[in-house]
Amino acid sequence: MIEASDLTIARGGKTILTNYSLRLPRGRTLAVLGANGVGKTTLISALIGVIKPKSGRLQIGGRIGFVPQLFEVPFSYSALDIALMGRARHLGLFGTPGRRDYEIVRHYFHALDIEDFEPRTFNTLSGGQRQLVMIAQALASECELLVLDEPCAALDYKNQDKVLSLLEHLREKHDMTIVFSTHMPQHAVEIASDVLLMTSGSSYVCGPTATALSAKNLTALYDLPIERADFDRLSKHTYAPVFRHDRGHFDG
Amino acid sequence: MASYSANARPTGWLGRKLPSVSVLPALIGLLLLVVLYSVTIGRYGLSVGDVTYILIDNIHPLVTPYWEPVQEVVVEQVRLPRIMAAVIVGFGLSISGAALQALFRNPLVDPGIIGVTSGAGFGGTLAILLGLQGYSLLTMAFLFGMASVFLVKLLSTVRGRTSMLTLVLAGVVISAFFSAAISIAKLLADPFQKLPAITYWLMGSIASSNYLDVLLLAVAVVPSTVAIYFLRFQINIMSLGEEKAWALGTKVVLVQWIILVASALISAGVVATSGIIGWVGLVIPHVARALVGADHQRLLPVSGVLGAIYLLMVDNLARTVTTAEIPLGIITALIGVPIFAVILRRLHAKGGWSSD
Repeated sequence: MIEASDLTIARGGKTILTNYSLRLPRGRTLAVLGANGVGKTTLISALIGVIKPKSGRLQIGGRIGFVPQLFEVPFSYSALDIALMGRARHLGLFGTPGRRDYEIVRHYFHALDIEDFEPRTFNTLSGGQRQLVMIAQALASECELLVLDEPCAALDYKNQDKVLSLLEHLREKHDMTIVFSTHMPQHAVEIASDVLLMTSGSSYVCGPTATALSAKNLTALYDLPIERADFDRLSKHTYAPVFRHDRGHFDG
Repeated sequence: MASYSANARPTGWLGRKLPSVSVLPALIGLLLLVVLYSVTIGRYGLSVGDVTYILIDNIHPLVTPYWEPVQEVVVEQVRLPRIMAAVIVGFGLSISGAALQALFRNPLVDPGIIGVTSGAGFGGTLAILLGLQGYSLLTMAFLFGMASVFLVKLLSTVRGRTSMLTLVLAGVVISAFFSAAISIAKLLADPFQKLPAITYWLMGSIASSNYLDVLLLAVAVVPSTVAIYFLRFQINIMSLGEEKAWALGTKVVLVQWIILVASALISAGVVATSGIIGWVGLVIPHVARALVGADHQRLLPVSGVLGAIYLLMVDNLARTVTTAEIPLGIITALIGVPIFAVILRRLHAKGGWSSD
């Protein structure tokens, strides 16, 4: 589904990522983790085709649906207006959505249980609600690869659970391939089959979650001790940061 | 996943379409009424009936002409071309304003933002300074308007990509340059003959419009607004931002080019025939948005018709309030600025650009 070898990606004339290679077969979920500013969004921009890689080979099999980070639109579109934009690819330059496009969008609104949002102004929806509308937009484009830029940022636990469950459902029932970035290793533990840990612009760890996502790798990734915590009762585990409480240097 | 359930509600689809069906025809009806009314007002008092008979007489004589030939001349040669010019100018500026506000994702954008208005203004000024009149003036204004847009586009394109933010800044720079150039031209102009001519021309007027002016306006405005209207759904997508539009599969560069060139054509045509008429393209789309929402499929036609009605009313004021003509640009600014202030406050109160 995704085949990238020796990717070098530049943004605004500055090289951000060098020699990244990754492979993700159909029906898998990849979680992308990395510190702020390391280039997660740049990598995602390259995956969805907004940035052309400077060198290397990037092959994507199948249509891409993209869910950007939480945003506001400058005009008061309704949630339905926003989701309908997902149909653009099927309409051509001068096309406008017709009955069938409305039906497809409404189908996904129904499937995501957000029918009530339809007439509401997109900007007045909460973060979680807007995220669901954007996922409906991506699904309406009838994509096979779903790329999400921090889909759970700014969401409370319940909404995180809802978005993660939805992603899992899409992969299981609809054989979708999913790529998402996150700052929470927990999200990768919960639903990702593969992880990409971006340590810097030129070094990374990529592999199955079971082996690649370890306390050691995460510690290197965040430059902060990260410990694994096991919940025996739930037969689950997570990773937690050991914050340093290093107040000394603020007094300088 | 490609299948969709049968319980989708087609009635909702129709229900959603309904408001646009009712607002637009109402406005078109209103426009026709205002046009008819506008022909009757002026120094030669005519009734709506007289005007209707005079106009219909051209297509099919209903009654034997009972009016004087001079009345026919007033209606058909003086008032009608001027009214048509007002309708086309208002229509074009408002549609281009709505499209540019979406393209730049900024509700405070005016068609002048892309530099075309002051470029065309300088072209016309230069023509007057050189003693050119009529069609030479129109051509000069038009060419300078188009040239300034290409200059703006050139300035803001780096490695084949145009940043919309840089484009706005480049527009400001080019506008400032041509404004300075206009000042120099005024300074050099003969203060008794040419300076007043330049000043009045820049203030904007369609007082002396004839059918050839109307034709030039129509040639610039009609194909451009049609092109913008065809792109109405893509304009929705462009207003989400370039990156999201790319991801949704929009031909971003092509759509940007078509909208910019179409808007430049509209503004250059308007300035060439009617001088600088500000605030219409900025304010009218907001009023239209309050009526039918942000979706450009409904917003563009409603903006256009609303703008036509507005500018026609303003021109009626310009020619009837005082015995001397008031330049159009002054009235559009006098009315536009307070409306703009209200819009600004509403946007501020809402804590962002999320206007309706």
